[in-house]
Amino acid sequence: MMMIPITKPSEALTCREFVELVTDYLEGALTPLLQDQFEFHLSICEGCQIYVEQMRQTLKFLGQLNEAAIPTEGKEKLLATFRAWKQTLPNKAP
Amino acid sequence: MNEQTIHSIYDRELICSEDTRLLQALRSGDERAFLILVERLHGKMMRIALHYVLDRQIAEEVIQDTWMGVLHGLTNFEERSSLQTWIFQILTNRAKTRMRREQRTPSLSDIVEPQEDEPAVSLERFRTGYYAGWWILHPDHWNNGVEDQVLWQETYVYIQRAVQQLPASQRIVITLRDIEGWTASEVCNRLALSEENQRVLLHRARSKVRRALEQYFGIQQQAKQAVS
Repeated sequence: MMMIPITKPSEALTCREFVELVTDYLEGALTPLLQDQFEFHLSICEGCQIYVEQMRQTLKFLGQLNEAAIPTEGKEKLLATFRAWKQTLPNKAP
Repeated sequence: MNEQTIHSIYDRELICSEDTRLLQALRSGDERAFLILVERLHGKMMRIALHYVLDRQIAEEVIQDTWMGVLHGLTNFEERSSLQTWIFQILTNRAKTRMRREQRTPSLSDIVEPQEDEPAVSLERFRTGYYAGWWILHPDHWNNGVEDQVLWQETYVYIQRAVQQLPASQRIVITLRDIEGWTASEVCNRLALSEENQRVLLHRARSKVRRALEQYFGIQQQAKQAVS
């Protein structure tokens, strides 16, 4: 479970630096050099692979919020409004 | 006449006859017809409202307000446009009014938040010393059963709360980008943000939501282990 690289590449990104670059990476905004370093780190670090996977899952969940229907509480409020409005209708059906 | 034209004519007629039926039902106080309409239009209405008010919660309020207006105008609705177009007009007017009232101008520059330097991941998670900055323990895989409808409902409420708790500018950016699916340049234009600032806000927002989810799934995992 513990992550200890065999050698410590002095130029390499640390995990702590890596997680701060994830958004720029996903947005395609890294410089070519940083992108190389990012991808190298990703290829050797299981922890950061999981981190990126979690971030992708987070984005998937967020995207699903949009498909979610109207909140229950909002629906109930609307129904109450509708019922109140219905009372004002003339010639209500018996 | 190509196939697309035929389809659109067909659709239009379908909508017209459906409109008439819906209107009749609504005017006679049919609750089910009302709910069907509310649910069917909610996504589109959210998208329109958000364009003006930028905030999901305010958008929900504007939608509520719109339906009230729709109901009150229903008896006088002359069917010169489709029911949907008429509803969207009411919505747009209310959203504009609300935007002015909130004085939430199209730019984010008036919502200046203190510069925070909070890391994406708590620093306690990383080593110090020789391997400084590397994970002490890897994050866990989220082998969650979110396919399970009940669990998804719960997760949904949790994520929504996490988004609501973000500072306004981060909340607006993540809502438009990741929930509503706007492109980066659409968000930058609408909010008068530089690409870089947009990314900074998005990064902080996404990192916090991920953290919240990690905590949530962690609690669930513990609960599962406690049971077994």
